[in-house]
Amino acid sequence: MPKRTDIKKILIIGSGPIVIGQAAEFDYSGVQACRVLRAEGYEIVLVNSNPATIMTDPEVADATYVEPLLPGPVAQVIERERPDALLPTLGGQTALNLAKALKDDGTLERFGVELIGADYDAITCAEDRELFRTAMELAGLRMPASAIATSLDQALASVEDLGLPCIVRPAFTLGGRGGGIARTAQQFREIVARGLEASPIGQVLLDQSVLGWGEFELEVMRDKADNVVIVCSIENIDPMGVHTGDSVTVAPQQTLTDSLYQRIRDQAIAVIRAVGVETGGSNVQFAVNPDTEEILVIEMNPRVSRSSALASKATGFPIAKIAARLAVGYLLEEIDNDITGVTPAAFEPTLDYVVVKWPRFAFEKFPGATPSLSTHMKSVGEAMAIGRTFAQAFAKAMRSRELDKPPCLGSLSDEALLESLSTPAPDRYEAIFELLGRGRGIEEIQRQSAIDPWFLREMKALALNPQGPFSGQRTFKSVDTCAAEFPARTPYHYSSFERPAHGGPVENEVQRGDRPSVMILGAGPNRIGQGIEFDYCCVHAAMTVRELDMDAVMVNCNPETVSTDYDTSDRLYFEPLTLEDVLGVVEVEKPHGVIVQFGGQTPLKLAAGLEQAGVPLLGTSVEAIDLAEDRGRFGALLQRLGYQAPPYATATSTQQALDCAQQVGYPLLVRPSYVLGGRAMEIVYSRDGLADYLRREVDDEQRNTIYLDRFLEDAVEVDVDALCDGAEVWIGGIMQHVEEAGVHSGDSACVLPPHSLGEEMLEQIRAATRGIALEIGVVGLINVQYAIHHGQLYVIEANPRASRTVPFVSKAVGLPLAKLACQIMLGRRIADLGLPRQREGLGFGDHVSVKEAVMPFDRFDGADAVLGPEMRSTGEVMGIARDFPTAFAKAQAAAGVPLPASGTAFISVTDSDKSGAVAIAQLVHDAGFAIVATRGTAEAITRMGVPVTPLNKIGEGSPHVVDWIERGDVDLVVNTPTGSGARSDGWEIRNAATRRGIPCLTTLAAGISAARAIARAGTAGEPEVLCLQRLHDQRGNRAGVA
Amino acid sequence: MAAGNAYVLLEDGSRFDGLACGAPTYAVGEVVFTTGMSGYQESVSDPSFAGQLLTFTYPHIGNYGVSGEAMESQSIWAKAAIMRAACDFEDSPGAERGWLSWLADCGVPGISDVDTRALVRHIRQEGSMRGGLFPGEMDGARAMELIAAEPPMQGRDLARVVSPGEVSELAAARNGHGTGHGPLIAVLDTGVKSSIVRKLTERGARVRLHPCTSSPQELLEGDPDAVLLGNGPGDPAALDYVVETVRGVLGVKPVWGICLGHQMLCRALGLSTFKLPFGHRGANHPVKDLSTGRVEITSQNHGFAVLGPDGGELIDSDEPVRWETDFGAALLSHVNLYDRTVEGLTLLDVPGGSVQYHPEAGPGPHDSVHFFDRMLSSLA
Ligand SMILES: Nc1ncnc2c1ncn2[C@@H]1O[C@H](COP(=O)(O)OP(=O)(O)O)[C@@H](O)[C@H]1O
Ligand SMILES: Nc1ncnc2c1ncn2[C@@H]1O[C@H](COP(=O)(O)OP(=O)(O)O)[C@@H](O)[C@H]1O
Ligand SMILES: [Mg+2]
Ligand SMILES: [Mg+2]
Repeated sequence: MPKRTDIKKILIIGSGPIVIGQAAEFDYSGVQACRVLRAEGYEIVLVNSNPATIMTDPEVADATYVEPLLPGPVAQVIERERPDALLPTLGGQTALNLAKALKDDGTLERFGVELIGADYDAITCAEDRELFRTAMELAGLRMPASAIATSLDQALASVEDLGLPCIVRPAFTLGGRGGGIARTAQQFREIVARGLEASPIGQVLLDQSVLGWGEFELEVMRDKADNVVIVCSIENIDPMGVHTGDSVTVAPQQTLTDSLYQRIRDQAIAVIRAVGVETGGSNVQFAVNPDTEEILVIEMNPRVSRSSALASKATGFPIAKIAARLAVGYLLEEIDNDITGVTPAAFEPTLDYVVVKWPRFAFEKFPGATPSLSTHMKSVGEAMAIGRTFAQAFAKAMRSRELDKPPCLGSLSDEALLESLSTPAPDRYEAIFELLGRGRGIEEIQRQSAIDPWFLREMKALALNPQGPFSGQRTFKSVDTCAAEFPARTPYHYSSFERPAHGGPVENEVQRGDRPSVMILGAGPNRIGQGIEFDYCCVHAAMTVRELDMDAVMVNCNPETVSTDYDTSDRLYFEPLTLEDVLGVVEVEKPHGVIVQFGGQTPLKLAAGLEQAGVPLLGTSVEAIDLAEDRGRFGALLQRLGYQAPPYATATSTQQALDCAQQVGYPLLVRPSYVLGGRAMEIVYSRDGLADYLRREVDDEQRNTIYLDRFLEDAVEVDVDALCDGAEVWIGGIMQHVEEAGVHSGDSACVLPPHSLGEEMLEQIRAATRGIALEIGVVGLINVQYAIHHGQLYVIEANPRASRTVPFVSKAVGLPLAKLACQIMLGRRIADLGLPRQREGLGFGDHVSVKEAVMPFDRFDGADAVLGPEMRSTGEVMGIARDFPTAFAKAQAAAGVPLPASGTAFISVTDSDKSGAVAIAQLVHDAGFAIVATRGTAEAITRMGVPVTPLNKIGEGSPHVVDWIERGDVDLVVNTPTGSGARSDGWEIRNAATRRGIPCLTTLAAGISAARAIARAGTAGEPEVLCLQRLHDQRGNRAGVA
Repeated sequence: MAAGNAYVLLEDGSRFDGLACGAPTYAVGEVVFTTGMSGYQESVSDPSFAGQLLTFTYPHIGNYGVSGEAMESQSIWAKAAIMRAACDFEDSPGAERGWLSWLADCGVPGISDVDTRALVRHIRQEGSMRGGLFPGEMDGARAMELIAAEPPMQGRDLARVVSPGEVSELAAARNGHGTGHGPLIAVLDTGVKSSIVRKLTERGARVRLHPCTSSPQELLEGDPDAVLLGNGPGDPAALDYVVETVRGVLGVKPVWGICLGHQMLCRALGLSTFKLPFGHRGANHPVKDLSTGRVEITSQNHGFAVLGPDGGELIDSDEPVRWETDFGAALLSHVNLYDRTVEGLTLLDVPGGSVQYHPEAGPGPHDSVHFFDRMLSSLA
């Protein structure tokens, strides 16, 4: 059956900001879908609030809306664009839920929009666990015994028969949010309460526990002729009880006999038929009891998922691309397998290698949160590795994680280590390696961890001889979907170590053509501080290299991303980003140059080593990078140029730190030198505060350098992204932060063009940026951060590389900064790029763009939900509007905490913030809000004649502010911290607010912006949606950029 | 076991080194590869692998040990196992032995640590050829003599080697929906897999296994309801005596064929067979049922295939075309979507039909088991 001709225009919904459980994999699938459907001649309308995605690049869709993923805005888009169909299966749970909402509220019907890819009933059946269970029973499949509860009492009644431990899972939440394993009655009550709250429909499912059983996932595809194939089987090395997203997984499955595997395969096919997913991919999860061979269905996701991205990268079978074509009517047999070019997609990939995926965690950033793994996903990224053997893949994946500092367990006793295995933590495998290294037996480790002995044996060999799997000669093999049965056309490679044939060399499959190649080093696994933004830049670099007729060669190990799509580059090497692995690729590629500027700190760290090895680096030199990164040298540079920096000192011991703190002067911003993303960075106001910090964070033994900067209070922070070719500088974007300096640039909202900087200050900023870029000798991109304190401009830092804000700026100003930078690195000059000089750094047209960060606090119970100099956001959203308040409101809504239009505002601020608090009170009062406040704040507000009700602090007894929030009587919280007293009132308030999903503004600046936005919305009503392509065209010429 | 060196040598002189495992001996024959990712024990015990050294493209072999259940015959028929990595443990649930010690006990040599992908790419480009697996000590010239002494697969009758000496009968499985009075199926045992027999008895059929040298009269003894030509090793072109037997029963009783059985049935109809460059061996080949348009993922294990009546190797039609044969009209029922070779036939003027793939799986997907229902229901 050929493609459908009755539909012409298709709406695709993205997955929004990167959050735990929903990451870059949906940019990858979305991009594939948009590209392939446009190639089929369909017109594509796209809605996604995440600017850091390739998918939202204006070239990818015909009409792109960077708008909140909420029924309101999307309905507006539908009304304006009138698509014939909505494809909701590529934007994760977010898109699926949104599609459901639009169907429920009649929007789809009203505008005659057809759901394609997965119909409404299938979605409902898979998502509503009760319907799903019924469907499974009808199909003769078994699930763990379970009960559904909509109240705690109901739950307590059911657990009588289910028994403990018991798995509690809220309906319709991402990555198991709000769920968990209840081992005791006490835990049970807590988790159920939390789960009922987390579930949008106030429903939890109680599952009988099958902890310790094997966990398997199958990726299934079905076409509308009911042909079904299994793309990949994935075995979780971590048994049931650790979320698949947090588990170390291996593809294909390793431990099942063929007969048992085939039974599971049969069941997976039965599941997709029973749920009624007519076309596309689904992910089905099973629990398998290895001894009794019992098989239980755990769940199915009727859409592309994290696992399907992994499966695509693991097998070379592009699930999203094919799902999109199936959705418009093709059959599997009508679609080519790109990789062989000669066989159809109606087949099952067979692997002659092993793939291992490792999750990347970030617990260290959430002090107070317990680092234990359960049914509730907590990892922030993942690394994948391919090897010819499990050991090769496992070891590669392990080093691909790039841990800041590896866990050191040497001091723990065998007993303690063994004990720790029964409640899995991020360092469980390090614990296992430690035990194996100490000669402890496989049996006892298996007893504790329930990990299959086959894996433990492989780990033992590795623990005893880490180099074992890497003996023999290094060579590169290909991922070809067919175990070499057919020649592969697509150069998708991984390194392997093989025994050379007698007297000869090992076979190498890389066909290096004779075009010069440029190697682009990716960013590795996503982590807080280094996310999808950097992958975006790497992908743009690849595009540029290809546009300039050279071979783009990508090296990366992140399976979620667009950069590791074999379509993105001319040759893809799926490799860890360590010096040794990268040099291995250099050896076969003999590149014209290597780009280390786009993948964040990961490749930058390799620059020096690569240079020493004689590898040609493109763009900013290693020497220049060091000039910017070495505090001493950079400080001197600023002095030469006559720019101010906050006074600072460095120390290598507690005593020295305490001493020089005096000269620098309090308040201080302290941090150890080795960290990234503001890790372990704190503001201290006194000697005691500093002493306390040093006690916690600094080990004099290690003699690490400690940085002490004078902390500029109430300073306005500014971020600048600029291009430099060594002789000339072009300012791409000047962003003013909403929160004051002290909130990490990655966590603060920012505005382009700046909403409150005068032309004079802007000129100063431009001049300083030019001076610094030229003096450092940047060739490519540079990001400079400033703080404006009492009208004075201070330089905070300069990063001679692509920054986190490059995608945002590119979308705000309509020029692809990363591509331009790449052209410069390849020898073009700024003068040749024809970049517009008017209003430099302020963008064009009459719109304002706001970036807001998305925080993961709700996943780490116990962590304080306050912003600080340590970055903790996982993702970002963008709001575009004609004025700042509206853009800010859009950004807040997109970030998942829409500002209320009316209701009650709670205000409680430190004394220094009181005057600002009054302004806020005035604005929201005029917008018709009732105001409640803690005594001090209330007094200040009353004095200005604004009506306000005083509330008890927690200490002052119930009903106090937290009771109010818990009761849902508060719709907006403005609370600025009174110093970092852990578990202070502020802590309780902010966490209550996050738990209930109430907008909680923790800085005065943000509070005022929110108040203005609320006031604006009051008068202007629902903000209009804007089409990115039209905004960009408004300012006409694309400045001659490809 | 302390692993010494070993090597695989092909008749074209290419050599691949590894570590010896399994039985400490050498083996010569045709070197082939299978792309299945599981089911190593089913494969080596499948009589169709007689005379062949089996290369596994999947790198890890032996992971879940071996067990009686997984046997496809009484013994191992593959002459050797060529692997990237092999293990020998019996602690996985259901395992009765470790894989390597079992190979050793059965006198079958193995080799691990071979760059199997390089070997497979070589075979894919040059075609499957004779070769051997030799202990490191054996000198190359001697090894090459041994290979040369081995007859090529083309023209080779291996059915005799694997076929049983005399007739044996199996009752319907008690759990089968059969009453014990289910249909009687006479199987011409050219090396039939246990899975095929099981699929029949599970469905209530009684099965009588005949030596491949049986005459039509012997086959028809006891008035069977149908004759099934099973899978088996070797070149169908070398089995004219079997083809004669088949011509003797065609039209008298329904005749069905699987794999080699399909090739023999087709030869009996007057069609010919040819040798594929490197065969179809694996568990992921898409086969299209031309009458329903459905695509099934099939288990495959064959080195020869059937030519169309026009002598063409490839079928371009997606329709069930009609072929005139010595026994009347036949419909082309199945085509392989990988290389468009013939995968099945349905006879129109005499009862019967055949498939090239393995509907019984073992190892492989179960998409096609309904073949046995189709066959048995046609008898009712
Ligand atoms: N009955 C159970 N017993 C033990 N662990 C379970 C059970 N059900 C689910 N889990 C664990 O919880 C994780 C999340 O459950 P799942 O149903 O997949 O929710 P999600 O939609 O978050 O993926 C699974 O990956 C599995 O490890
Ligand atoms: N001297 C200072 N005064 C006030 N805030 C500062 C100062 N130095 C840094 N900050 C704040 O700390 C954040 C992180 O500091 P930065 O040097 O940018 O570290 P990173 O390398 O992690 O980006 C900045 O975004 C800024 O908000
Ligand atoms: Mg799941
Ligand atoms: Mg910074």
